[in-house]
Amino acid sequence: MPGEHFVVPPHWEWYILLYFFFAGISGGAFVIGTMLRLWGRPTDAAASRLAFIISFPLLLICPILLTLDLGQPVRFWHMLVDVGSGTPAFKAYSPMSLGVWGLTLFGLFSFVMFLGAVGEGGYLRWRVLAGAGRVMNSTLGKVFMVLGAILGFFVAAYTGVLLAVSNQPVWSDTWTLGGLFLASGLSGAAASILLFSRGRRDAQVSDGKLIEADRYFIILELVLIVLFLITLGSLVSKVLGGGWILLWLVVLIGTLVPLVAHWRPAALRQLPPAVIPVLVLVGVLALRAVIIFSAQA
Amino acid sequence: MAQPVGFFTDVTLCIGCKACEVACKEWNALPNNPLEFRGSYDNTGQLDHANWRHVRFIEQPTKNPDKPIAWSMMSDVCKHCANASCLEVCPTNAIVRTEFDTVFIQQDVCNGCRDCIAACPYGVIGFNSTSGTAQKCTFCYDRLQNNLKPACATACPTQSIKFGPLDELRQTAAKRLDTLHAQGVTEAQIYGDKEYGGLHAFFLLTDKPEAYSLPSAESAVLPSRNNIPGYLTAVVTAIVAAVAGLIAFRRRGETQP
Repeated sequence: MPGEHFVVPPHWEWYILLYFFFAGISGGAFVIGTMLRLWGRPTDAAASRLAFIISFPLLLICPILLTLDLGQPVRFWHMLVDVGSGTPAFKAYSPMSLGVWGLTLFGLFSFVMFLGAVGEGGYLRWRVLAGAGRVMNSTLGKVFMVLGAILGFFVAAYTGVLLAVSNQPVWSDTWTLGGLFLASGLSGAAASILLFSRGRRDAQVSDGKLIEADRYFIILELVLIVLFLITLGSLVSKVLGGGWILLWLVVLIGTLVPLVAHWRPAALRQLPPAVIPVLVLVGVLALRAVIIFSAQA
Repeated sequence: MAQPVGFFTDVTLCIGCKACEVACKEWNALPNNPLEFRGSYDNTGQLDHANWRHVRFIEQPTKNPDKPIAWSMMSDVCKHCANASCLEVCPTNAIVRTEFDTVFIQQDVCNGCRDCIAACPYGVIGFNSTSGTAQKCTFCYDRLQNNLKPACATACPTQSIKFGPLDELRQTAAKRLDTLHAQGVTEAQIYGDKEYGGLHAFFLLTDKPEAYSLPSAESAVLPSRNNIPGYLTAVVTAIVAAVAGLIAFRRRGETQP
């Protein structure tokens, strides 16, 4: 049962919304790239490369958004270094502290895999990149990918835990947000890879697998949305009431249309192929928007 | 370490004069509030970056036609919790515990992430857009370092705000509570003995805590309570997603472009 709170909102708004969105997709893309590489066929390597190539640029946007959101942007490094002692500033029980370190470490993995993917794909014909590309399929490369994927899972999920570890109504009254943001981030990542694979015949080979994976991620997301609403109890009106229902409709369109497209393909055959991935991505953004903004209204 | 200090605020003695607010603003050079009509004598509104003391005017309807409104006044302030939510989540260690056992935001360290604002269960901390930092009551740390009482307790004309060593204040509060109970004020209660490990700014109330916008003892919980369930859900989701990926990426054959 939610407790009675007397808090003020932190005014986490557009920068944070966009950060949560890009972090979810970046982490999710790395995870999907790794799964395609580990479990897919050799022909899935192109889609896997595309996933890694999507992950890193999106991740680069994240620290910029986080820094812009700070009241004192030039002190962004205070998140990493304790000003008083000069030692690393790390608090395992503060998701923001843990997240900054997770993001930094994930940045390293994402950057290396980006270089490897560029090298393997032959997009830049530098000798060092070609070497990095060859390492991707080695045992060392696969271990590196798995470690990066664990961090990718974390980066996509911790933003939900960050909201929950507060005393804000809605956010702190549910245990579902970490899982929900992860499922939604994976779904958005699969949609992004499908979107960027348009016109790339080598990557499109894996479209069927990505569509199936996205369907599972969406079902997982829907289950977690239901659990999220149930756990809110009487506070559910705060996220469903007023104009927020419109954003929930966008979320529903972004989740249900891809499912309908699978079970009733004739109904949506006339749509351009890019429409469904775009709907998924808009839904991913709307989900984060409604959770971030409705709790602070 | 210096002796732990505290505030004991007795709402039965508060007359709503706001001397504490004025003294706090004066000493800490806090900006004036905009002039606006709020429909109440409570024209401060809330604790925030510019209001580190706030005299709440709790106006409750009565059944007495001659006195349709009953007032209760309470000078609210940062509670300087023993287990402080703000200190727990602060990622930069800008929020520290002082030698007086009070909670202090180092303005030269804070980078304005506002995680403490999301965490504070009392809505005490405000964001100063001019300095770009989170701000709240410092317990007049500069005055304490010079053996002076905090400005609010010094200015309070009715001794509603008492300052002193925490142990002595708790004894004073217990005696006052006994006196009020003996006088028939049975609803009198101490708030802040147990909540968040004991508050350094605690109160004698004459109504349930929620009437003063204070969470009950059951609702006074730390943000870290959600760490394990939050991460656990994420881990379970990750495992299910990995299984889903295994099914999707292994089983199907390639599709033609």
